[in-house]
Amino acid sequence: MKYYDKLIFECSKEGRCGYSLPKNAFPAAGELPQALRRQAPLDLPQVSEPDVVRHYTNLSQMNFGVDTGFYPLGSCTMKYNPKINEEMAALQGFAGLHPLMPARLTEGACKVYEEMDKALAAITGMYKFTLAPCAGAHGELTGLMLMRQYHINRGDLNRTKVIVPDSAHGTNPASAAVCGLEVVEVKSLENGRIDVEALKPLLGPDIAGIMMTNPNTLGLFETEIKTIAALVHEAGGLLYYDGANMNPLMGVVRPGDMGFDIMHLNLHKTFSTPHGGGGPGSGPVGVAQKLVDCLPSIRVSAFHGNFGVILRAYAYILSLGQEHLRKVGEYAVLSANYIKESLKDVYKLPIEGVCKHEFVFDGLINDGAHDDVPGATTLDVAKRLLDYGFHAPTIYFPLLFHQALMIEPTETESKETIDAFIDVMRKIAAEAAQDPNILHEAPHNTPISRPDETTAARNPILKYQEN
Amino acid sequence: MSKIIEGLKYSESHEWVKVEGNIAYIGVTDFAQKEMGDITYVDMPEEGDDVIAGEEFGALESVKASSELISPVSGTVVLVNGELEDAPEKVNEDAYGAWIIKVEMSLPSELDALMDAAGYKANIGE
Repeated sequence: MKYYDKLIFECSKEGRCGYSLPKNAFPAAGELPQALRRQAPLDLPQVSEPDVVRHYTNLSQMNFGVDTGFYPLGSCTMKYNPKINEEMAALQGFAGLHPLMPARLTEGACKVYEEMDKALAAITGMYKFTLAPCAGAHGELTGLMLMRQYHINRGDLNRTKVIVPDSAHGTNPASAAVCGLEVVEVKSLENGRIDVEALKPLLGPDIAGIMMTNPNTLGLFETEIKTIAALVHEAGGLLYYDGANMNPLMGVVRPGDMGFDIMHLNLHKTFSTPHGGGGPGSGPVGVAQKLVDCLPSIRVSAFHGNFGVILRAYAYILSLGQEHLRKVGEYAVLSANYIKESLKDVYKLPIEGVCKHEFVFDGLINDGAHDDVPGATTLDVAKRLLDYGFHAPTIYFPLLFHQALMIEPTETESKETIDAFIDVMRKIAAEAAQDPNILHEAPHNTPISRPDETTAARNPILKYQEN
Repeated sequence: MSKIIEGLKYSESHEWVKVEGNIAYIGVTDFAQKEMGDITYVDMPEEGDDVIAGEEFGALESVKASSELISPVSGTVVLVNGELEDAPEKVNEDAYGAWIIKVEMSLPSELDALMDAAGYKANIGE
């Protein structure tokens, strides 16, 4: 990667110009009052067209994404974003839409909403979806508000608590708190699944519901889900499904059939639309039939959801069809298990067995610690991966393990890419055992090494300052 | 095995208290710094601020997570350890040397609710 860190202002040269505007054909709108007029000329960069093109092209090459390389970021499903989705979204009839257009001109978009609702319902076993929420956490909050409304509609006013497993995504307890619900944690067993015996005493007339993701954050299928669903329903609560981990299940099992009442999907994960500093998200919320009256109406606003994202995801579903959607999960599971089994002799695997789309290592087996030299940590492994041209996996999440390294390869990577990743992970483990300082000082080959993240977050410099 | 020092008082949220008359030095335990990993920032109150037993007085940030600091006693902050502003890693290096705040206690009887070294050792299961 070529190092480039200039600001456009630093390319500026007095008097240089990259454009030629046509003469203004309209008369001046009249003189502005003196008090409103700029006293000094605007300090814009003065650059030629090639300077501008090179500046932004160089900056773009400092980026890393699924179009540049393997991106095994656990819990994020960084699958390839098929270009046909972009072509569909660029069709004039869709791209030229404006939310304030009259209804007779937006029938095509409404049809996409309707078909998408049906497709998502068929994939998940839910009764109906709202496509309004613009991201996963937005979906969670919407779903929890539906949960609260359902209980209120039934005159059941004391359900103020939500149960969340200790392995849950951090957004789950956060969304519950924003919704004004109290979070109660339920512990996991040694095998990484929810402790059903620990759940039982928590269930009572004050429980609004439970939030789960299945497979859970460790990439393990919650094998007791049917029992859990029966217990929660018996106590009058509802089951919320966090769709972040839907990728391995598509076409195989459905949250609706497991007993979930409300769920969100991340179209930007499971359904291949860009994310991670890229495109905006979309977090449709589906409900079981008994909750359909609580859903917002599609006519709630003309500004309904991220239409462009929904359209891309719809194109993805149609491209694959029922038969191939099932293969998504099968290949995602195969890839994850292949990596796990190929590396578990050099990285600690805390829970043995078949995983779904992702799994968690607990650091290196031999971290190379000796005498005064501390061992290589998960952070060091992640930084060293950058030297070899791979994006790092998710690190230090979930909090259940101290050196968590969470790997999700997705179904879109070839065996050659996955093998190359395995080779590099083994090489890093060997380096750590031999001399952990190679890892402590990594990355060596990137434009910058380890930035001071704390200072960057606390004292960010967000504006160009001439001096 | 984490280091635990005799003669200090300990809270369930892993703060230690060293008492000198009416003055309490407060820091976090060796167990806490190990759990947190490399500490990158110590968010401290201002001198003159009041702290209340059981309530947040600051936070620790590490490469892994951010964690609240809970005051084991009530009183007024008479000094903060300014050294930690530029060198937060001192908490990792010597958790019991790197006190975070010095508090003039308003209710020293609150100390009775805290654990001694043996109690804390049992509490963290070591």
